[in-house]
Amino acid sequence: MPEETQEPQEPQGSAPVAQEAQESAPAAGETQESAPAAGETQESAPAAGETQESAPAAGEAQESAPAAGAAAPSRRTVIALGGAGLALGAAVAGGAAALLARDGDTPVPVADSGAAVPFHGPHQAGIATAVQDRLHFAAFDVTTTDRAELVQLLKDWTRAAERMTAGAEVGEGAYGGLPEAPPDDTGEALGLKPSRLTLTIGFGPSLFDGRFGLKNKQPGALVELPKFPGDNLDPARSGGDLCVQACADDPQVAVHAIRNLARIGFGKVAVRWSQLGFGKTSSTTPDAQTPRNLFGFKDGTRNIAGTDTEGLARHVWVSGKDAEGPAAWMDGGSYLVARRIRMNVETWDRTPLAEQEDIFGRDKREGAPVGKAKEHDEPFLKAMKPDSHVRLAHPDTNAGATLLRRGYSFTDGTDGLGRLEAGLFFLAYQKDVRTGFIPVQTSLARADVLNEYIQHVGSALFAIPPGVRDKGDWWGRALFS
Amino acid sequence: MRAVRLSAVTAAATAAALAAVTGCTEKSDATADDGTITVVAKDDSCEVSKKEFPAGHVRLSVENRGSKVTEVYILYPDDRIVTERENIGPGTKASLTAEIKAGDYEIACKPGMVGDGIRRQVKATGGAAGVKRSPEMDAAVAAYRQYVQAQADATLPKVKVFTDAVRAGDIEAAKKAYAESRIGWERTEPVAESFGDIDPKVDVREDGLEAGQDPAKDWTGWHRLEKALWKDKKIGEREKQLADTLDKDLADWVKRVGKAEITPTSMANGAKELLDEVATGKVTGEEERYSHTDLVDFKANVEGAQKSFDLLKPVATKNDPKLVAELEKQFAALNTLLDKYRTDKSSYVFTSYEKVGKPERKELSDGVNALAEPLSKLSAAVVK
Repeated sequence: MPEETQEPQEPQGSAPVAQEAQESAPAAGETQESAPAAGETQESAPAAGETQESAPAAGEAQESAPAAGAAAPSRRTVIALGGAGLALGAAVAGGAAALLARDGDTPVPVADSGAAVPFHGPHQAGIATAVQDRLHFAAFDVTTTDRAELVQLLKDWTRAAERMTAGAEVGEGAYGGLPEAPPDDTGEALGLKPSRLTLTIGFGPSLFDGRFGLKNKQPGALVELPKFPGDNLDPARSGGDLCVQACADDPQVAVHAIRNLARIGFGKVAVRWSQLGFGKTSSTTPDAQTPRNLFGFKDGTRNIAGTDTEGLARHVWVSGKDAEGPAAWMDGGSYLVARRIRMNVETWDRTPLAEQEDIFGRDKREGAPVGKAKEHDEPFLKAMKPDSHVRLAHPDTNAGATLLRRGYSFTDGTDGLGRLEAGLFFLAYQKDVRTGFIPVQTSLARADVLNEYIQHVGSALFAIPPGVRDKGDWWGRALFS
Repeated sequence: MRAVRLSAVTAAATAAALAAVTGCTEKSDATADDGTITVVAKDDSCEVSKKEFPAGHVRLSVENRGSKVTEVYILYPDDRIVTERENIGPGTKASLTAEIKAGDYEIACKPGMVGDGIRRQVKATGGAAGVKRSPEMDAAVAAYRQYVQAQADATLPKVKVFTDAVRAGDIEAAKKAYAESRIGWERTEPVAESFGDIDPKVDVREDGLEAGQDPAKDWTGWHRLEKALWKDKKIGEREKQLADTLDKDLADWVKRVGKAEITPTSMANGAKELLDEVATGKVTGEEERYSHTDLVDFKANVEGAQKSFDLLKPVATKNDPKLVAELEKQFAALNTLLDKYRTDKSSYVFTSYEKVGKPERKELSDGVNALAEPLSKLSAAVVK
């Protein structure tokens, strides 16, 4: 697929023709020494006309130097070294922080796809973190009515998440225990690298319905989303008291994480719905290649960069007066909108190229906005059709509303009518949905010509609490304490 | 019953194949002295490398140098089984592991897999502060053995009500007696399944037949009659014959139940297996696809699991009181949930599963997960 290849084991960088230049740069798991070589590669690339993407990617490869030197450990190695995985994660953070002077939400460089992302920090990982290749997202209903039990579960989950994101096994591991008893860890991630696994928890509006004494802590921004025109929401794929977003570069690692959390949660929570995603559709490293959605278009070119501290503070992280009163516990958190958007790929594929490009307001090859040459050229909205997707979604059309998107494509087989059950699992983070997703989606739902080819079939909103600060902290402490 | 069951022949072949594969992989690490006890089995001998070993995690590495397929057991002095490995082919290796408390044991090799085998006295020393097998555990096993026998004994007359109705050609009476006739079986299914051959005769579903088996000839038991009553809506000569066969096969079960091998861990894992049965067959509505009496089986499975749990509770409470509290809570929650589907708590008349909607099935499934997950930890709490 036309994305950054993230296979550190294959530094040769595969290379479908036009992309070999930028692919070889970030692919380099073992490349810190060869970073200058990557530089040469980009210099040789201008002919491809896509240089601006490859250059910063190479920069990231350099940033990864301190960690990449050690090469990411396998899960067994991590265990054998006992905590070395965490130390390595710290090395990644330290190295990158030195270069970027960041405030704790340091993204692990894209190139370092086997590494561990630090779990602790002021914000949860998995938001500003460079988007990984794979997703397993799960929404849970809380089935216990006992607040103390729920709190204990959140603590248990936090401890398990600390271990799994570091590449370690849950509890006492996957083997070697009592032969008469099932092992603590399910074992399918044994021998795999941490794969930049991030686990991000969220709390849905329904958690604040009074069962757990949280009514007076529901932030004003944690609203029920309005019904948008054209929505065809399946309740069985919507809502949820809790969610966990698992992102990783290896699907097995993401699935293992959700499976083990679900297992720890049985009796206290029940999986309400879940979604697998296989191809990121946006990137928080927008200087790198923007990935394409299943319609074949680059969408999300203007996404907020994980390194854009100011943009994140303005649009993503809750703080200041937004973190007062009932929302005080949200200081450092964010709000996540999840939408399962079904794409009618068969009808789309029968649509003429010119019409496809008109619908998005971009050209298909380069992703350049109408009338421009390069993907990242500033779009001239008036040149686009008034009902084009990019024009309607653009911040300028929505009073500056800006979302951090980290959606994924999904394909859940076939739908029984022979059509691909596929689409976009849209995930967007923002500091307030009332000024973020809601105005944008209102304008899109009303007029977007793309609506002919898509349908929103699942929806959920979650308050994403701040990060877990250290070993003594846990997911949701500020809310429940 | 499990969706796919191996016939005795296939199972033996598979096991032999597996043993052969294991044999290859085992060779590489057989040299290290990691406390493993080596057993060399021949047609007329059973050589054990150590007569005494520390209690705890014990591993037997077995090599069959004889000409016959053999099996190896670790036995308590009263012949109850600690652990076993069957179908070790000539020239192959296999391994067994067990968590063993201090005390006297026997290792037995059974060339040809028949008879009492060749016995060797061994001793597990020290460990676990010299803890011996507890009288509580022995009591639990004895009481569970009685329970299983009582369930089996009580099943026969109920089955006869059912099969008599079939023989009389009375569809309505047969339908009425069907679900009730299965309750004792469903409560103790893991024990019945441990015999291997009875379950496929009495409780197999049509999709459980193997390729080459003819449903018209080879499909016997409850579910074959269920289909005749609810789907085909007729009782012919073949069905009447099948009623006789069911009586006969279940009489055989009742006779053999008393000899079943039961240990505290097999009781604990059996309880969990009953919940597995619910999770894979009942919650989905597959088990009783024609009669839709799945909730009756569901209830019986839960009752059987609860019986094991209740009997093991004295031991488990000492080792893991939190787990016991959690299990009591989850058993109560699941029973409360099931009670929603019957008007009279003393009867086994449950709502037809056909009428149980998708959200309610999800709720039942969540309840099963909530109980089965901690129940899977019961065996650890028992052997700890």
